[in-house]
Amino acid sequence: MEQSAKGPTTPQQMLREAIADPQDLRRYLHYLATIRAEGLSTSVIIAPLEAAINWARASSIWPLTFGLACCAIEMMATGADKFDLDRFGAGAFRPTPRQADLMLVAGTVTYKMAPRLKRLYDQMPEPKFVMAMGACTIGGGPYCKHGYHVVKGIDLLIPVDIYVPGCPPRPEALLDALLRLQDKISKNQPFAERFNKDTKNQKKPL
Amino acid sequence: MTPAEIHSRLKEKFPSAVGEWQEPKAGDPCILLEPQELHEVCLFLKSEPGLEFDYLKLITGVDRGDKLSSVYHLYSYKHQHALVLRADVERAEPKLPSVADIWPAADWLERECFDMLGIVYQGHPDLRRILLPLDWEGYPLRKDYKQPQSYHGIKNE
Repeated sequence: MEQSAKGPTTPQQMLREAIADPQDLRRYLHYLATIRAEGLSTSVIIAPLEAAINWARASSIWPLTFGLACCAIEMMATGADKFDLDRFGAGAFRPTPRQADLMLVAGTVTYKMAPRLKRLYDQMPEPKFVMAMGACTIGGGPYCKHGYHVVKGIDLLIPVDIYVPGCPPRPEALLDALLRLQDKISKNQPFAERFNKDTKNQKKPL
Repeated sequence: MTPAEIHSRLKEKFPSAVGEWQEPKAGDPCILLEPQELHEVCLFLKSEPGLEFDYLKLITGVDRGDKLSSVYHLYSYKHQHALVLRADVERAEPKLPSVADIWPAADWLERECFDMLGIVYQGHPDLRRILLPLDWEGYPLRKDYKQPQSYHGIKNE
């Protein structure tokens, strides 16, 4: 972030501004880096609790191992060394829904699979996120009109956070979706419902 | 042996069961069989020296309107010849003898045909749906299949 005339200059000002707007995680981290670069003490990190929680959640999105069709090939490519999902802390594919944060629905969801998908989603602990990858998952894809066996979009079953179009999407698209999901998590207010009385009409924390 | 030679040999052995020689514009030439004697003919094809069809490649089903067909693709590794059989059954009562005891590969192939077209293979050891859920209604590859409005509460716009 460039230093403008209005922007904070001293570390105290920076921290005050960051704490005033804890949802802007990126700015907070930028200020933190600036403070460190100026040689101030790094043994203590002061962070707004919401920002710290969001930072932790956004930086360790563990997906559920869950490939249903050809989209899973692209998902595997994204996880492999060339694209390397691990750079974003999201490469730890979990074999059980109990340990997973992200359900990456990669591939065609059939009516036979639908109850299993729902059950796996229900077994995941909160906060949980769903990424609908590929045309089949978003709206039935090429099977929408004449296919008798494909669910016409998984949003008929479970809430979806991010849609990734493509047939199948390239790994770059999947990485972009992951970054957008991280942005979305960074804007969360994990304590909004607990502490603020006038946030009833606000979006529920994820 | 060529399929035409096999046909004449079968016609000699089973004059009532073996129908005419079919040569469609597209696809493999095939022999039309009477459903009642399908099992005996298949047993003969498997065991008769000189024929010995030891490999059942696939079974497919066709909806021809008033009739349903089951098509058998056979191959012999020993003699390296192939043959296609076809049996037509009435749509109202689609029953065929199973060949799963002759070629074990027929087990799943007949289950798939039953799943998609509703042809009942009598004598099959375990005839139930193989691809679709067990509680599915109807046979989706029939031409008159109507998709239900929803499945287990999932809308099907």
